[in-house]
Amino acid sequence: MVKPIKISTPLSNQDVENLKIGDEVLINGVIYTGRDAAHKRLVDLINEGKELPFDISGQIIYFVGPTPPKPGQVIGSAGPTTSYRMDAYSPYLIARGLKGMIGKGARSQEVVEAMKKYKCVYLAAIGGAGALLAKSIKKAEVIAYEDLGPEAVRRLEVESFPAIVAQDIYGNNLYVEGMKKYAR
Amino acid sequence: MREIEASCITEKVKELCMEANYDLPKDVLLAFQKAKEAEESPLGVSILEQLQRNAEIARNERVPICQDTGFGVVFIELGEDVKISGGSLKEAITEGIRQGYGEGYLRKSICHPFTRKNTGDNTPPIIHIDLVQGEELKIIVAPKGGGSENMSRVTMLKPSDGIEGIIDFVVNRVKESSGNPCPPIIVGVGIGGTFEYAALLAKKALLRHVGSSNADPELAGIENNILNKINNLGIGPMGLGGRTTALAVHIEMHPCHIASLPLAVNINCHASRHKEISL
Repeated sequence: MVKPIKISTPLSNQDVENLKIGDEVLINGVIYTGRDAAHKRLVDLINEGKELPFDISGQIIYFVGPTPPKPGQVIGSAGPTTSYRMDAYSPYLIARGLKGMIGKGARSQEVVEAMKKYKCVYLAAIGGAGALLAKSIKKAEVIAYEDLGPEAVRRLEVESFPAIVAQDIYGNNLYVEGMKKYAR
Repeated sequence: MREIEASCITEKVKELCMEANYDLPKDVLLAFQKAKEAEESPLGVSILEQLQRNAEIARNERVPICQDTGFGVVFIELGEDVKISGGSLKEAITEGIRQGYGEGYLRKSICHPFTRKNTGDNTPPIIHIDLVQGEELKIIVAPKGGGSENMSRVTMLKPSDGIEGIIDFVVNRVKESSGNPCPPIIVGVGIGGTFEYAALLAKKALLRHVGSSNADPELAGIENNILNKINNLGIGPMGLGGRTTALAVHIEMHPCHIASLPLAVNINCHASRHKEISL
């Protein structure tokens, strides 16, 4: 197995240019969480010409709604949710400087076009491995939309958070290529 | 007549919610191991290994296997000679879900369809009750995640579509679902009955021991045929390519109307969670 590539947020254009489908990455630094309801609110703010609750430039959004932490835990189980539900919203955030998204499942053509145009990478984390992935999260803090409960926007500090480059800025798609390779 | 206290049902449902979410059944773990040994994709093997580690952490630390701790789906087999005392069966189950999701630090995932406002306690559950002979009460709690549920479908085929039409629909459904439902998946197939009954059969099929065959040899053969076709799609663990797309295909069948051939496909992610108890 090839050694995973270490990346740290915020990401530069060069960071995402280096990533190709199939690469395994370990993420360090701050990432932000958001899923359906939070995405809707963020894009509403953009459409109203208002400020976002955090500076999205160079950042990664992780599509996750964690379980509540047990006493002594930083965060509960925290694996990715299915990404296509964010497809309607992601291009707006990518145009604002978002450099990475973590989720599971393939993205739409509209998202791919935005990823190519503005240089943003799509990473897959292992769905259903929420207990394991939570081990890479060292700090969690709700920074917006607390009323959304599990869907609130959280600022996470991660160490060696594992993900796989599923769709890169060159339009390559591991969901398509991987399937081709193993189909009979 | 045997009396069972409603409070006892609440207590058991609460415990089952937590156990189901923390402790992946042995048959699923065994299926992971077998899949890992046969998987040709190195990335696929690595994913299956991480799923094994995840299940171990969840069981040892009593934390949820997956952050989507699901809709509380509860199957009840109620003996005709059982009387529930001190409250109603439905309320007892609902309270068990509320307590289980609260005290177990499970995610509350149930909301209003339009406003998307969360109900806050993962209620109401979905309750299916079968009346059976005897004086036992069997409770099965099967938390169901949203990602794989979203990939499920019901269709009304024409009788002329036949077995071939059934196989094509199921395989295509899995193909179109790609990595979305967290493969390796378990595919529940309901054939026959009515529109709603086909869906219920498909859901019940997911409760079977992973990899067990239908007792009817013809259906067992179709299960095997569909499983091979699905695994030849190459979707693989998490949809990133590989030979393990489904761990099992389970079919349940019921007679249908002369005009109809109802078919339901209920997809379950690899976190196939269900726990049961008989009182």
